[in-house]
Amino acid sequence: MIQNLRQAMTDVWSMLVGLKVTTTNFFQPTITVHYPRATVDSLEGYRGHIELVATDEDPKRPRCIACGACAQLCPSSCITVRIKQTVSARPVLPPHPDIANLPLEFRQKFSHPMEMDREPKSFHLDYNYCSLCGLCVQNCPAGAIRFSQDVYLASEILEDFQYDLLAQMRGETHSGSRAQNHPQAEPHANSRES
Amino acid sequence: MMDIFPTQLIVVLAGLAAIMAFVGLNGLVLVYLERKVAGFIQRRPGPYEVGPYGLLQPLADGLKLVGKQMFTPACADKWLYWLAPILSLAPVPVALLAIPFGPNLQVLDINVGLVLILAFIGLNVLAICLAGWSSQNKYALLGAARNISQSVAYEIPLLLSVLPIVFITGTLNLYEISAGQGAWPWQWHILTQPVAFVIYFICALAETNRAPFDLPEAESELTAGFHTEYSGMGFGVFFLAEYAYMIIACSVAAVLFLGGWNGPGAAGWWWFLAKVYFLLIVMMFFRWTYPRVRFDQLLNLCWKWLIPLATINLLITALVIAL
Repeated sequence: MIQNLRQAMTDVWSMLVGLKVTTTNFFQPTITVHYPRATVDSLEGYRGHIELVATDEDPKRPRCIACGACAQLCPSSCITVRIKQTVSARPVLPPHPDIANLPLEFRQKFSHPMEMDREPKSFHLDYNYCSLCGLCVQNCPAGAIRFSQDVYLASEILEDFQYDLLAQMRGETHSGSRAQNHPQAEPHANSRES
Repeated sequence: MMDIFPTQLIVVLAGLAAIMAFVGLNGLVLVYLERKVAGFIQRRPGPYEVGPYGLLQPLADGLKLVGKQMFTPACADKWLYWLAPILSLAPVPVALLAIPFGPNLQVLDINVGLVLILAFIGLNVLAICLAGWSSQNKYALLGAARNISQSVAYEIPLLLSVLPIVFITGTLNLYEISAGQGAWPWQWHILTQPVAFVIYFICALAETNRAPFDLPEAESELTAGFHTEYSGMGFGVFFLAEYAYMIIACSVAAVLFLGGWNGPGAAGWWWFLAKVYFLLIVMMFFRWTYPRVRFDQLLNLCWKWLIPLATINLLITALVIAL
């Protein structure tokens, strides 16, 4: 009986505490932003579609080493990386006389991977299929992918969400606008070509 | 000319029209208030787009309801189905007839005003029972069953918490109960009967199906309870009736415990309205603070706490008066 009464007292007290919480919140200013008339100040922490990160030295050059891990990992296969390989200007290994005399295109095929410079020729994202899981961002060995803060991208057109990320990074296309020079005919399954 | 129409009849008819206008207007104000209170508690702005500060939102809501199709389910009992919302709203004007809004603002000054109100409010249970039964819908029927057991249970402590005031004042006339209290809060009955007031308010929440006792229309469990099948103004009338019952419950509380129209400075209907709206806002705060109780908790609260407490309170009051 006494225990019941004590329980009842604590229950009533907890109800008063609850009322205090709602009352204090009632008199606080509202948090909601009236979107079309006002926008939020900070987009920090927002996970938009992915974008490429430029190197520290050259803002036009991506950190991407064109390994293709992101394209392979992507569960929606919405990333398409095309790779450009060039022989390094300064060879790492001592040149073998036979290889050094071969024509350039031949040398590209047989050179040791360490002598090759790999960089993306193009980096396409089909945001229509992206589920924003972040596997690519997490697993990029070069730290070349991050989430962008593009929030305001509404469109009725499918092609508006097919981005050329390389061009976007270089500022050639306005972020969030239609990616113009996207190869339409390219199949998505064929995500790596070298 | 005046012989053909008795004065009393004209007064009552004019009063009824005024009361229905009051109920309708209050419905609009309360819908707006409820949504704004809900918004502010959740740090949202509430209705905002329709009209300045969303003031026209309830009108837009009403227009939407009026414009919707009135739909009768295939297996429903057509007569009972459409009788239920009317029956739910019908007791409202009768109950409001007896309430003294101000010193000179009461339609019907009768000696049994309190009994009249309590008796007619009981009709709402029947209306909800009919609505649930005739809908041919399991959720509606469950809601109706819940409402009946809830209302029947809570009517007892409600009456027991009203009785001490009747004992003290010796009258059932609401005008006399109001006039018997002074202008200042320490002259009101809430000071001598705080327990009765608390019990009355809890029971009023339960009787008007307000959260945390909104089990008959628990939207997350029973879709919408007894008014699941009602569309358009069928639902609208139930909605209006619910707000009207809130007003009646708060008006009776204001008359019995908070001094009615009496207040510091000039006494008048503005004090009455202020008290009623204060209680209504408290009801809204309860709704957005407390989670819905379980059904066994609801009945336990009534039978194990409210009825014994109300009985003890009544006995003590009777003893004090007798001595």
